[in-house]
Amino acid sequence: MSQLQVELVAADRKVWEGEARQVSARSIDGELGILPGHTPILGVLVEGDIKIHGEGGVRTATINGGFLSVDHDRVTILAEAVDASDLSN
Amino acid sequence: MGAQIRVYRQRIRSVSATKKITRAMELMAASRVVKAQQAVRESTPYARAITRAVSAVATFSNEDHVLTTEKETVTRAAVVIITSDRGLAGAYSSSVLKESERLIARLREEGKEAIPYLLGRKAAGYYKFRGRAVAAEWTGNSEKPTFETAREIGERLVGDFLLDTESEGGVDEVHIVYSRFVSMVTQEPEVIRLLPLEIVEGTEAPAEGDLFPLYEFEPNVEEVLDALLPKYVTSRLFNAMLQAAASELAARQRAMKSATDNAEELVKKYTRLANQARQAEITQEISEIVGGASALAESK
Repeated sequence: MSQLQVELVAADRKVWEGEARQVSARSIDGELGILPGHTPILGVLVEGDIKIHGEGGVRTATINGGFLSVDHDRVTILAEAVDASDLSN
Repeated sequence: MGAQIRVYRQRIRSVSATKKITRAMELMAASRVVKAQQAVRESTPYARAITRAVSAVATFSNEDHVLTTEKETVTRAAVVIITSDRGLAGAYSSSVLKESERLIARLREEGKEAIPYLLGRKAAGYYKFRGRAVAAEWTGNSEKPTFETAREIGERLVGDFLLDTESEGGVDEVHIVYSRFVSMVTQEPEVIRLLPLEIVEGTEAPAEGDLFPLYEFEPNVEEVLDALLPKYVTSRLFNAMLQAAASELAARQRAMKSATDNAEELVKKYTRLANQARQAEITQEISEIVGGASALAESK
């Protein structure tokens, strides 16, 4: 099964980039889970956690609201401010 | 020691002290300009992603948004002028201010009133000295702009743009005047129209076969646009501020380099003059001694 190419971008830097099996984020309408092969989507995110399920477990980052775009298994998460202190584990 | 030599030596001392200061400022600007350029580079992924998203929405919906619609009658235009907080950067601030004066004159010819929004103490001082009214000013971090400042300014501009022009003092257009960082030796003052938005496509030409997919919008197109466009405005503003900061530091480095070179020239010139004065003094002393000796010999 293919993997997702994930890019997490803050306004002043690129926070993280890598592969993942699943990404979940909180949109206006509720939790949004993205798996490989997801239909292209452009969504508004609200303040909350981004969970990236990858090889070495789950990475979490907190954003203050932003955007998520998915096309051809490429996931881009845009946020003005990202708290990536928990991202490294 | 003669008075002349003393004066020259004093000058040499004071010029070399100045030279040390300008040299230090040159080195500081040089190291900061590298960081500023890096900040411009680091903000590119966000700018690119948001431009792509905006282009995608623009391509797939015929949605007219208030931020992209030209108003029928334009009477008030906001002019955002990005200058530096400190001087000693050559013609950096004055060339931006000159460009802004040209823009304001052009707007006035078109029958629009220009409303100034100022960034940097230099612009604030320029307007204060001339006693002109200012809509808003932000000062204090022209060298190292933060995204928070950009967001604050962006929100204010979008807010004023949405206000009604006649009754609430809103604006119909927003222009930015800033220095575009072309290279270390070239920075050009440039005017861009921020609002109403012209979606700039082609910052990243989609590769062959890499067309925009048919996006689904979550929750719907209007809300995505509502959230996306103000962020796009802020992102463009932030980029302009970062480029202006890099330009300011590059201009300061150049100005301080030429100041250091001038100081070196001056030291050289005064050293020559001091040597000449010393020679003249010695020559005079010798001729006095010789004159005195011959006068003694003749009197015998």
